[in-house]
Amino acid sequence: MAFLLRKAKAKPKLKKKLTPAQKKALAKKKAAAAAAKRKAAAKKAAAKKAAAKKKAAAAAAAKKKAAGGAAPIAVTDTLPAPPPATIPAPVPAAPAPQRTVDFGRPQAERLLWRAGFGPRPGDVDRLVAMGLDAAVRSLVYPQGGASLVGPAPRDEQGQPLAPNDVWGHDGVWWLDRMVRSDQPLVERMTLLWHDWFATSRDKVGSAQLMLDQNALLRRHALGSFADLLRDVTRDPAMLSFLDGIDNRVGSPNENYAREVMELFTLGAGRGAYSEDDVRELARAFTGFRADWRDGVGLTNFRFDAARHDNGNKTVFGRTGNWGVDDGWRLCLEHPLHASFVVQKLWSAFIPQAPDAGTVAALAQAYVGSGHQIAPVVEAILKHPDLYYGERMVKAPVVFIAGLLRETGRSVDTDAWAWLMRLAGQQLFFPPSVAGWDESRWLDTSSWRGRWYAAAFVLRTTVADGKTYSATETPEEAVDAALAFLGSPTLTPEMRAAVVDSARSMLAGGVPNWGQASYRAVRQNGLRMLIATCSDHQTC
Amino acid sequence: MARHCDDFTRSEALRHGIAQAGRGLRPIEAGMPTPAGTGLTRRSLMLRGAAAGLTVYGASKLMPEALEAGIAEAASGPAQPVLVSVFLPGGVDGLSVLAPTGDERFASLRPTLRIARGAGKAFTEDDRLEWTPAADALRVLHSEGKVSVIPAIGYDHPDQSHFTSRHFWEVGATDVQGRFGWLGRYLDQHGSADNPLQGLSLDSNLSPALAAGGVPVAAVDDPQDFGLWAPGVWGGVEDPLFSAIGALGTLPTEDGALRAARRVATQVDSIRRSLGPLQAVAGKPAFTAPVTYADNRFARRLSSLAAMLDAGLPLRAVTLDAPGNYDTHSGQASTLADDLRESCEALLAFQRDLEHRGLAGRVLTLVWSEFGRRPRQNADGTDHGAAGVGFVVGNRAGGRMLGEFPGLAKLDEHGNLRSTFDFRSLYCGLLEQWFGVDAGPIIPGAAGFARPALLS
Repeated sequence: MAFLLRKAKAKPKLKKKLTPAQKKALAKKKAAAAAAKRKAAAKKAAAKKAAAKKKAAAAAAAKKKAAGGAAPIAVTDTLPAPPPATIPAPVPAAPAPQRTVDFGRPQAERLLWRAGFGPRPGDVDRLVAMGLDAAVRSLVYPQGGASLVGPAPRDEQGQPLAPNDVWGHDGVWWLDRMVRSDQPLVERMTLLWHDWFATSRDKVGSAQLMLDQNALLRRHALGSFADLLRDVTRDPAMLSFLDGIDNRVGSPNENYAREVMELFTLGAGRGAYSEDDVRELARAFTGFRADWRDGVGLTNFRFDAARHDNGNKTVFGRTGNWGVDDGWRLCLEHPLHASFVVQKLWSAFIPQAPDAGTVAALAQAYVGSGHQIAPVVEAILKHPDLYYGERMVKAPVVFIAGLLRETGRSVDTDAWAWLMRLAGQQLFFPPSVAGWDESRWLDTSSWRGRWYAAAFVLRTTVADGKTYSATETPEEAVDAALAFLGSPTLTPEMRAAVVDSARSMLAGGVPNWGQASYRAVRQNGLRMLIATCSDHQTC
Repeated sequence: MARHCDDFTRSEALRHGIAQAGRGLRPIEAGMPTPAGTGLTRRSLMLRGAAAGLTVYGASKLMPEALEAGIAEAASGPAQPVLVSVFLPGGVDGLSVLAPTGDERFASLRPTLRIARGAGKAFTEDDRLEWTPAADALRVLHSEGKVSVIPAIGYDHPDQSHFTSRHFWEVGATDVQGRFGWLGRYLDQHGSADNPLQGLSLDSNLSPALAAGGVPVAAVDDPQDFGLWAPGVWGGVEDPLFSAIGALGTLPTEDGALRAARRVATQVDSIRRSLGPLQAVAGKPAFTAPVTYADNRFARRLSSLAAMLDAGLPLRAVTLDAPGNYDTHSGQASTLADDLRESCEALLAFQRDLEHRGLAGRVLTLVWSEFGRRPRQNADGTDHGAAGVGFVVGNRAGGRMLGEFPGLAKLDEHGNLRSTFDFRSLYCGLLEQWFGVDAGPIIPGAAGFARPALLS
């Protein structure tokens, strides 16, 4: 994710702007806070120890099962996410906003694009009628399981998709969920976690392991980050991708331990952990293994206690015979974890950095809810910065899924596999463990992919010259093209320029016989122009 | 259907993965080299319009405008010699290209996978060998003195991993650590700082042989697939539509994301306007090849290449993969001949195309594979071997055999064909005699390799 790449490369900009005095004060404050937190942590650890003693036998057995049982590893549940047991009280946008959000059509459009895959016909008006709070809560706390609305996906020959067997069908299968799910934020969060815990089929090899991981990410999409991290840690695709299965006592592999801190829970360049912590945490994660079978690939993922390192490990200054589940919990309990998670979540929805008060309030919502994701996302989606800040370039799959939703087109070809790739985002194949670089979504090559995607969306519904209006004015033509695309809001300068283009398209003269057919051709051109214009590539 | 070894499939997958992933992929065997060029910065821009994706590598600091200027400047200079490198992926069975039907061990080593004496046409430079019918197109060119045959090319201590051996050929050294391709190093030392077309892979990814350390190089998947296309748009509306893309990109804005998106639109338009000799107009192809090519991707790419050279695009080193998979561990008879025929016939058409266009004196084509296959067949295929077959094709090719066929009587200790000609001798010769540069700084240990005369 871009946020992390920036962090990894450069120290936070904030630091540069501070005066020496401010720096000193900040350092002092930080030291005090850290000391307090250490104290609290120690207290907590002591309490935990006492509690653990009480039910030593039961706990040990449970831990062994959690770390070593085959069941938690084999994630096969593909059911939609269950609804939260109880819906928490509304979270106020944090901190008390300086300005209120005037929630009109442009704001509803932005919410639908940032927290989903754009509007289907009627969505914008429906959300505007609900108002900001109810609109956000309808996305964050969907009721019941997700329904997939509309025709099931098909390939070019009209056959059902075969995500396990046919190249590219895995990504098209997911694209279809993005297009059809009536719980768009659940899908959007699943995509976000795919980027966050980026795992590529390039190395994992198996489509099934990737689809299993996808179900895992969806199951926890708006649930508990602790549960998510627990399951990702023993997920076969992740164990394969970051070499968990090569991580054994006496021969540790640090790959997962490093990334779990750098990319998943704490962030690089924040002073959160040392190289020693990486080495020690790797030992806590030892023990997973799998078998290689020719023709099948990696299989039989399991925890093998004989390969686990049972010595004491010291992670973040805390020493113990840490096991797998202690390993990720140590990261979650790290004082710099909450601020990392909420800022990284924020950066997925809002391009400019949050102010310190907002970070603190979001971190409070996160920790206070026991590492729940929904309250944080709810607060972010209600924040005025989302509605009044800068635009964001739509991710390629968001752009493509959105075009399909806007035009009511279903997934009736598997061409989307290569079109998504051409546009710069092949699902299940993120470019590295750091995910996609959102700051580089658009270059002239990926722009071509977006143009082609738009052409593929529009090609089945081209305006017909035989029945088209013979008198449509340029203004009317632009309105018709906008309506065809679900009436997206354009900036005034873009609308004016598109009207100019509409005028230029027939400037070469129109023969009398061609009044209608030329206007139909112009209409098709305007739809392409609007679908691919900068205003529609961003939200 | 021929079956290929896991190593080949996995090394292909891994290679592809590494080129994209940059890090995090574990080696699949100890000491496996990283493909040359891994980690190069990548910049993409477009060659003429929104369809022809030209991916430029190693030019992160250059703006598209600079690249266009560099291409234009290079195009206006004197015509340069061009080397085309064609790779036969998987390790082609040399004994199925030039069959040693006159070698008395051939029948016992190849009880089923051989052609009978007289089934092909004689190889005029060694009467033990016969051209297999599938490679007849090459024989035709050889009979015109336009093919130099290397019947046993390889290197000492041959490595039988696809990945490793191919890497050696790509970097021009038996060095698993090599990060830059031999053609990339040539361009680094003698190329242009801003002309990415000087090193061009006709593929979706850059060939590691072209991986350069300092100069830009490029990959284009299908040069004929260009021109913007919009459904239901034709006639006089097309041009205003495409022009509008650039016009909408020039709108001023305070918003960072809008600015970025608009800037890309202007870049698309700028390249569309400035680089266009190959663009299809109104649905008609931009050029008609003067000869007939078969309808396959390799032939299409070669046909585009001839047109690009004819249009004056400043290419110097071009790489592409031949069709087929030559890793024929089993079912060799079912696929090899077809793959070979498709490859050789396209090369013949390309040569004829260049001759028609008057470019034949300026282009030399090198045909290579990572190794040959074992002389003794298995049930119905062949396993990885050592020395293989190679060719240099072109009007300026010497047309004389390089090295010799070592015979099947004395194979190496693993039962493989011994190399009689080092691939680095060929590289040194091409650099010095074709490109006219010193091979010393490009090929490690260049002084130690023989320098046979390559050109006529």
